[in-house]
Amino acid sequence: MSETLLEVEDLHTRFATREGTVHAVEGVSFTVDKGEIVGVVGESGSGKSVTARSLIRLEDPGYIERGSVRFDDIEMTDADDRTIRRVRGDGMAMVFQDPMETLNPVFSIGEQIVESIKVHESPEEQRLLDYLNVPLFSSRGKRSQMRQQAIDLMSEVGIPHPETRVSAYPHEFSGGMRQRAMLAIALAREPDLLIADEPTTALDVTIQAEILQRIRDLNEELGMAVLMITHDLGVVAELCDKVVVMYGGQVMEEGPVEEVLTNPKHPYTESLLGCMPQTCDRGEPLNVIEGRVPSMVGGPTGCPFASRCWCSSESCTTGDLPTEQVGEDHTSRCHHVEELSEPMEADQ
Amino acid sequence: MLLVLVGVSILTFLLLFLTPGDPAETILRQQMGGRTPSLEAIEQFRQNEGLNRPIPIQYVDWVTDVLQGNLRESYYQETPVSTLIINRIPATLELAVAGMAVALTIAIPTGIISAVHKGKAPDYLSQFAALVGVSMPNFWLGYILIIVFSLQLGLFPVAGVGGLESLVLPAITLGSGMAAIVTRLVRSSMLEVLDEEYIDTARSKGLRERIVIYKHALRNALIPVVTIVGLQFGYLLNGAVIVEIVFQRPGLGALLIDAIFARDYPVVQGLVLVIAVIFVLTNFAVDLTYRYIDPRISFGGESA
Repeated sequence: MSETLLEVEDLHTRFATREGTVHAVEGVSFTVDKGEIVGVVGESGSGKSVTARSLIRLEDPGYIERGSVRFDDIEMTDADDRTIRRVRGDGMAMVFQDPMETLNPVFSIGEQIVESIKVHESPEEQRLLDYLNVPLFSSRGKRSQMRQQAIDLMSEVGIPHPETRVSAYPHEFSGGMRQRAMLAIALAREPDLLIADEPTTALDVTIQAEILQRIRDLNEELGMAVLMITHDLGVVAELCDKVVVMYGGQVMEEGPVEEVLTNPKHPYTESLLGCMPQTCDRGEPLNVIEGRVPSMVGGPTGCPFASRCWCSSESCTTGDLPTEQVGEDHTSRCHHVEELSEPMEADQ
Repeated sequence: MLLVLVGVSILTFLLLFLTPGDPAETILRQQMGGRTPSLEAIEQFRQNEGLNRPIPIQYVDWVTDVLQGNLRESYYQETPVSTLIINRIPATLELAVAGMAVALTIAIPTGIISAVHKGKAPDYLSQFAALVGVSMPNFWLGYILIIVFSLQLGLFPVAGVGGLESLVLPAITLGSGMAAIVTRLVRSSMLEVLDEEYIDTARSKGLRERIVIYKHALRNALIPVVTIVGLQFGYLLNGAVIVEIVFQRPGLGALLIDAIFARDYPVVQGLVLVIAVIFVLTNFAVDLTYRYIDPRISFGGESA
């Protein structure tokens, strides 16, 4: 029996805008076990990133309306700043989407990793003068020791020549190297859970494969759980144990990767799979899902996918979604589970 | 840089000749105790000072002298202009630096607090204060400060130079306007930086908000501020002229005003040139500081 590390229940995150309240995350629930790799897939605007950010309480300017995020027996939704900092410092670490924007341009890579090590070592004691490296307030010996740790981390994530690159600045790094540096910053805190928000979207495919491999290795070596946010089902198939399919701020389907991808029990998952270029014959136009992602302003009425679904009916446009158990650990939130097709052929 | 200096020298030279009033007449009248000088005397004076030659020639003569380190002599006193300026520079520089210090000590913390508490009471308060600061004329504030702190409370001397206490009021007068401008700049720059993704990265590390703001955000927010502060140094010298007159400080400003009224051309020209040089040098210093704040800027072609 594996232990639950993260348990998200009925999470609602909203944004107050001039046009009205945006219901970005509308009752999302899922769990991540220790050492497990969970994928969260969905189109742009399905609420994946907001969900991820809510977990480490970076939902600002949004706010968590209700629901619960339990990490290691800590309730994050009503934790005080100090607790949140402690969890960020050694529980959940996040790697963001665009490595061009997520590293501070005026500090060296080494300095940014060292900071992370410092927080991890003493999350309670953060003195400004020490972090500003003001002489007399920060110990030199400790600094060079942490610098060595930073170099080790850099080589661990596959940055070549870490001894010289440690004093380089972000603008001297390529996109792939920056994302590795971000990974090193995250690893410096020895997290139990790594939240990766589309970590490879901004990178080209060869680098993408290397970074994913790195993440898998870390998962195996350190037993670090990973929450992989992505819009790429290929990444999910390759990396994840479990997948959560999101649409319109809600979970559509959840289950073991193999089952969900080969035997989807929700029309949306099926449509997503149908859109993969691999499923299409050469020369034929690619499949698309007709229609567009619904506006998230105002509360949802019925199933968010109803307007684009081929099997929607009257009952889909009103009321809450049912949660149908379609297999062991496999749930689908569709009124028409029974009508869905038999298992599809597995695509490679 | 050199081009700027050449331009400035030509402009001031020409402008001086466009201003009404004949130096020869003005000066001789004063020397003769207010009587109108004879035409011969005026002619003689022009001859001596080379004022009857074509303007381009006069300019070239002057530049030749300047390049040899000779800023000529004042029409009135038998002292070289360079000596006059060197005697006056410390007072002005002292005032400008003190004014700058006042401005920055007020502006940077206020701007940060304003940005961090955007849309709340501290923000409105500082925005209002900045508006007042910008709108208040230097000389007026100077007199108010004199009335309150010197005449009524007797805390500081009314005028003159010497000790720190005579510097306090002029520095506040001079610094307040600039403080207002810099506060707004720090605020907007800070707000922009706080929206950047790397600020969230810093927060996601578990850093305290104080470190996120004063280390990660501030360093980036200061980049545009340094540029403007450098440029504002010129404005500060400008303001120093007025403040020096209000507080009767014997600085460059007072010297300049006196020289202009007396049509003492060599002094005006020398002063404008020196001020231009100071301005250009400040900007150069700003460019150099960039490098320390922003590693993306590099001189020479080491790495892009």
